Amino acid sequence: MTQTTVPKAVKTVTGGSAKRWRVPRHVIVFLAPAVIIYTAFMVYPLLDSLRLSLLSDEGVFVGLENIRELFPGGNLSNTFFNALGNNFMFFAFHFFVQNPMGLLIAVLLTQPGLRGQGIYRTLIFAPTLLSVVIVGFIWQLILSPLWGIIETPLLGKTATALPTLSLMSVWQYLGIPMMFFYATLVGIPEELLEAARVDGASGWKIFWKITFPLMLPMIGIISIITYIANLNAFDLIYSVQGALAGPEFSTDIMGTLFYRSFFGQQLQIGSTAVGATVATAMFVVILIGVLVYLFGFQRRVTTYEL
Amino acid sequence: MKRVKWATVLLAFAMVVAACGGDDDDAATTTAGDAGGTETTAAAGVTGELVIESWRNDDLAIWEDSLIPAFEAANPGITVTFSPTAPAEYNAVLSTRLEGGTAGDLITCRPFDASLELFDQGHLASLNDLGGMANFGDVAKSAWITDDGSDVFCVPMASVIHGFIYNADIFDELGLSEPTTEDEFYAVLDAVAADGNYEGLAMGSADQWEAATMGFQNIGPNYWAGEEGRNALIDGSQKLTDAAYVDTLASLAQWADYMPNGYEAITYPDSQNLFTLGRAAIYPSGSWEIGLFNEQADFAMGAFSPPVKSAGDTCYISDHTDIALGMNAASANADAAKVFLDWVASPEFSSLYANALPGFFSLANEPVSLDDPLAQEFVSWRGECESTIRNSYQILSRGEPNLENEMWAVSASVLNGTLTPADAAQRLQDGLDSWYTP
Repeated sequence: MTQTTVPKAVKTVTGGSAKRWRVPRHVIVFLAPAVIIYTAFMVYPLLDSLRLSLLSDEGVFVGLENIRELFPGGNLSNTFFNALGNNFMFFAFHFFVQNPMGLLIAVLLTQPGLRGQGIYRTLIFAPTLLSVVIVGFIWQLILSPLWGIIETPLLGKTATALPTLSLMSVWQYLGIPMMFFYATLVGIPEELLEAARVDGASGWKIFWKITFPLMLPMIGIISIITYIANLNAFDLIYSVQGALAGPEFSTDIMGTLFYRSFFGQQLQIGSTAVGATVATAMFVVILIGVLVYLFGFQRRVTTYEL
Repeated sequence: MKRVKWATVLLAFAMVVAACGGDDDDAATTTAGDAGGTETTAAAGVTGELVIESWRNDDLAIWEDSLIPAFEAANPGITVTFSPTAPAEYNAVLSTRLEGGTAGDLITCRPFDASLELFDQGHLASLNDLGGMANFGDVAKSAWITDDGSDVFCVPMASVIHGFIYNADIFDELGLSEPTTEDEFYAVLDAVAADGNYEGLAMGSADQWEAATMGFQNIGPNYWAGEEGRNALIDGSQKLTDAAYVDTLASLAQWADYMPNGYEAITYPDSQNLFTLGRAAIYPSGSWEIGLFNEQADFAMGAFSPPVKSAGDTCYISDHTDIALGMNAASANADAAKVFLDWVASPEFSSLYANALPGFFSLANEPVSLDDPLAQEFVSWRGECESTIRNSYQILSRGEPNLENEMWAVSASVLNGTLTPADAAQRLQDGLDSWYTP
C-alpha cells in the first residue's frame, strides 16, 4: 500500500505539475483525534450557544433582543453588571495578591542556601490538588462563627464575603503561579546574576534590572491564564454560597448567574435563551481581555534569548 | 488496643445487621396486615404494568417494601415499578423522556409551574373525572391545577407544615410554656436570653432560603390572613408594600436579637446541628425535619404553630403542597394508571405514606392517624388553623426578577439588618411590577 503511494507523491512534487498538493496521510491521522474532539466538544457548543443567544426560548429568531436585556434599561442589567463587577473584583484579588505572592515565594525559594526547599514547594502547591468542594467546606468550618476560630461572620456580610471567598481561592491556587515563576527563575543563568553581583549591584537592583525583565513574558502568561480562569469561575462560590451567591448577591459572578439562568433555581425555571446570552457575554468579555493582552502586551514585551 | 478495635468493628457490624433485620421484619408485617384489610377495594378486570417516574430516590424502599405490595395485593393483574431519578436531574430527564415517548405511566409532579408546563405541553392527562379527587380540598389541589381552575392534573400526595420545633427539656428547665401569641413568643425568647445558657433561635441567614421559608413564609400567613392575602396578591388587590407584608418582615427583623452570634454566616446544617446538640431552645422550621430530628436529638421535642398577634385571633398555617402524582397522557396503560391514582387518592394510601415519612402529611380531607407524636402535633393544627401555601409559589414566580429568589435575598438582608422592612417590601413589589400585571 505505502509502496505504491510514496512514489506517486514523489512524482507529483518532482514533476512540478498543476496537481494539488496532497496532505500526507499521517498528518491527517495525527491531527484527527484532536480536531474531532475539539470541534465536537468546544467549537460546536461555543457556536451553538452563540446561536441560542439569538433565539427566544421558543426557538424564534429575535436578533440582539436577548443581549439588550443585559444592558441598562433591560431586565437583567442590574444583575448582570453586579455579577460582572464582582467578577472583576474576584480577578483583581488574584492579580494583585495571588500572582505577586507567587512571585515572592518563588524568589524566596530560589535563594541560595535555603534548606527544605522541596518541602516548602510541595506544601504550598498541595492545596491546588484539593477539590474545590473540600477547600470551600474546610474554610467554611474554619470561619464558622459557631464551630470555627473567629466570631465575625466574614462569609455572611456583604462587605467581606467576596474578599473572603477570593482569598480562599488565592490560598488554593497560589501554588500554580509559584511553580511557573519558580521554573522560569531556575532557568535564568547564574552567570548573569553573578556578573551583576561582581559589578556591585544590590539584591534589590538585581531583581528589578535582571530577573524581573526576564520574567515579564511569564508574568504576562500567568496574568492572562488567571484572567480566563477567574472569569469562568463558578465552583467555589457555588459550593460555599450556593447558586444565589449571597448575601444579597454580593458574591454573584458570571458563572453563578449563568448557572441560575440556564438551569433554574428553586422556582425560577431555566431559560436556554437567557443562559446562552450570559454565556455569550462571558465569551465576549474574555475575548476582549485576551485581545488586549495579545496586542497590548505580548507583541510589545521583549523576550531575551538565554 | 488492637482487640478493642476489632471489637468495635464487630459491634458496629452486628448493629447494622440487627438494624437491617429489624427493618425488614417491620416492613413485612405492615405489608401483610394492610394487604389483608384492603382486598375489598380491588378493581376487577384491569391489568397492566405501570412505571412511576419520581425524584424521591430516598423513598425507594418505602415504595418497594410497603406501598407497592399493598396495592398489588389489592389489585392483582397490575404490576407497578418505582423508578426514581436523582432530584437535581429529575426535571430535565423527565422532559426528555416525555418528548421521546419513553417516560413511565405515572409522573411524580413538582408543585405549580413545572407541572403546569408539562400539562400545557400535553404530557400530563387531565384528571378531572378521577373519582378519588373528591377527597381533596381546593388548597390541596391548588398546586396542580390550571390558572383558571378548569383542569386538575395530579393527585396531591403530601404537604409539609411550617411551625416551630422546641427543645422541651430546655422549656422545662426554664419553666416555659408553648407561646400562642407574639408577645408570649418574645417573652419566651427573652427568658432564654436572660438565662444565657442556650441560644434562643437555632437559625442563620447564610443559606438565605431559611430566612424566607422558615421565617417569612412561616409567620407570614398570620399577617396576610392566609389564602385571602395570597389570592389578593395574585389578583393585584394587595401589594407587597402593604402593612401585612412590611409587618411580617419587621417581626422577622426582631428575630436577629435571639439568633446565635455571627448568624449571618450560619448555614442550614449548622442550625440543625445547633438544635439537635441541645444548644438552642427553638428551631423555626417545618415538619420535614421530624425524621432527621427524631434520629439525632436525644431530648424531648414539642412543636407550636406560628404565634398570632393577640389571643383569640384566627391562626393560619403554611401547609405547603409539595408532591403529587399525575398520569402520562401518552400512557398505554391509562386504565391501570387510573386505578392506581384512585388508590393514591384513597385514605389507605394516605395513612401508609404519612406514617412511613413522618412530616410529609396527606393532603386528603379525611384525617390520617399518625404514630409519631411530633407529626401528630403538626397535623393537629389543620383542625385549629386555616391552611394556606407559600405565597410566591403560584404564578408570581414566573418572571425575572424571580419573586422567590428575591424573597430569599431580602429576608436574609432584613435579618442581617442591611435592609429595612419597608425597603425590602418595596424592592419585592418593584421586582414583581416589572413583569407582572394581575
